[in-house]
Amino acid sequence: MSALVDPPTAAGRVKRRLSSRTATVVSIVIALVWTIPTFGLFLSSLRPEDQIKSNGWWNFFSDPQLTLHNYGEVLFSANDQSGRLASYFINSIVITIPAVLFPLFFCALAAYALSWTKFRGRDWIYIAIFALQVVPLQMALVPLLSFFSKGIAIGSTYWKPWDFQGPDKFIQVWFAHACFALPLGIFLLHNFMAELPNDLIEAARVDGAGHARIFRSIVLPLIVPALASLAIFQFLWVWNDLLVAMIFADGTEKTAPLTVKLADLAGTRGNEWQRLTAGAFVSIIVPLVVFLSLQRFFVRGLLAGSVKG
Amino acid sequence: MNFDWTAEGPKLLELLYGVLAFLAVVGVLLLVLDKLPLRKDRWVAAAFLFPAGALLMIGLIIPAIRTTILSFQGASTFEAKWVGLDNYKWIFTQREALITLRNTLLWVVLVPLIATSIGLIYAVLVDKARLESFAKALIFMPMAISFVGAGIIWKFVYAYRPPGEQQIGLLNQIVVWFGGEPRQWLLDSPWNTLFLIVVLIWIQAGFAMVVLSASIKAIPTEIVEAARLDGVTPWQMFWQVTIPSIRPALIVVLVTITVGTLKVFDIVRAMTSGNFDTSVLAYGMYDYAFVRYDSGKGAAFAVLLFVLVTPIIIYQIRNLRQQRTIR
Repeated sequence: MSALVDPPTAAGRVKRRLSSRTATVVSIVIALVWTIPTFGLFLSSLRPEDQIKSNGWWNFFSDPQLTLHNYGEVLFSANDQSGRLASYFINSIVITIPAVLFPLFFCALAAYALSWTKFRGRDWIYIAIFALQVVPLQMALVPLLSFFSKGIAIGSTYWKPWDFQGPDKFIQVWFAHACFALPLGIFLLHNFMAELPNDLIEAARVDGAGHARIFRSIVLPLIVPALASLAIFQFLWVWNDLLVAMIFADGTEKTAPLTVKLADLAGTRGNEWQRLTAGAFVSIIVPLVVFLSLQRFFVRGLLAGSVKG
Repeated sequence: MNFDWTAEGPKLLELLYGVLAFLAVVGVLLLVLDKLPLRKDRWVAAAFLFPAGALLMIGLIIPAIRTTILSFQGASTFEAKWVGLDNYKWIFTQREALITLRNTLLWVVLVPLIATSIGLIYAVLVDKARLESFAKALIFMPMAISFVGAGIIWKFVYAYRPPGEQQIGLLNQIVVWFGGEPRQWLLDSPWNTLFLIVVLIWIQAGFAMVVLSASIKAIPTEIVEAARLDGVTPWQMFWQVTIPSIRPALIVVLVTITVGTLKVFDIVRAMTSGNFDTSVLAYGMYDYAFVRYDSGKGAAFAVLLFVLVTPIIIYQIRNLRQQRTIR
């Protein structure tokens, strides 16, 4: 049999040897371990409260009962204590959209300068920006927060604090996410942009187009795939972020995103499984949909960044 | 259940302002760049780099320098007192801080190694299998889930009920089925750290799998054919052809996961809030700077994190420069 189907890759060869029963069993076990926890949580979120609390979700198969009550309660409950996640859900959306758009555009501009203009020290600036990935977010938090809330004093000049209130607090969060996204974003877009054919850019220059024009009408349309994968990255990162949100958005339903509320529920109401399970799923569903529908772009972005770099 | 939708209005308005501001910034920038008679590439580059450069300066570079300074000062941010290396001494002598360091070490050794191995094994096993893309999507899916969401998912797996009661956590149920006593997985130090580590492995294996799978598929057929003519066994093929061929990708995966692991914060926060000896560096920083208001100690944790990440990134930069000279 193996003589007929001879997989030509090295992995294929190994697999043929291993594709005994053990190999199949191993891969199925891995797949199960990776899927069952999420599945169990999902199934639980649909079970009535007394059932979630009294027995395991696997009992569903002997006593199937489903309800959407948990979702209704955790999303729209009257008091903040029991969830009110719809409000936080909107916060997540309000935070995410600008926090993706802004850095994307600035990254594209910077990546263009680093790949298609010629000036001394270009490589050093590129490497410096790449190296900034070394700065853990944690290092920037305290000073950046005090920049917003206490202002900043450089010598004798004192910069007044911004002191954002109410919905304006979103601006802080956008700003922080935009800054932290730049090093990786510029790196990924630069990789892609530097590969564009030289002739194309030269031809445009001969026709008298300046850099601004070339960027706008030639480069931007061509890097759409790269922009798309970076956008998905940034979207998942911002939507799933907890640390930045905890520090730059206040923890209330006014500006805090889903992750903050969920972490809170997990800490203070760790036994209210009907809320936690439904709540967790509310937060998972959007990135999961984005991820599953745009998986191909996402993987491409992943590979551009990692295999080459 | 009377949800007040009108309270959400101002937020959506803020979103509208944000998007409009974005469009305005983009429009004005492009317009200005179009009109400016920039002859020299140097000036064009300066203009293009300005927004990103300014943000990096305000958001990363200056704060990083200030944090380094803070780490040599005492608790208060205003009229801070210089304390020299006291914060660092404290980290390396206090039991609590030492446990934080030990945990970080455990995370950073176990997560990259195990996640990469599982990713590699799975990539090899499902390569060219039927339903390959479906099988991959299963492992890859946790990448889309927030660390908080993943924390809750696994908290549920680890949930504990006293012996004799019906278990609701899968792990304890399995233990009971095999005749064991249910345990409080997240409370018993030092094992609880291992149970948190499992969560990050669960998330990162998908990343390793995707990258490694792509580079396995890129191995030239000739190499494989030549090896086969030499009559190597599949086992040798794996160790002497596959592994060496995907070495660069393996290193990148290990490095990326290591850096990500050093910065892990959310999982600890969502599952144990750093209690029961489960804190790590990145959580310690948050804990001291924003919960206990001791910015000096918090900053020292952050600087330590920086020191640990630096050699890894320098290594990557060297790789990068080599590749650029080849190109």
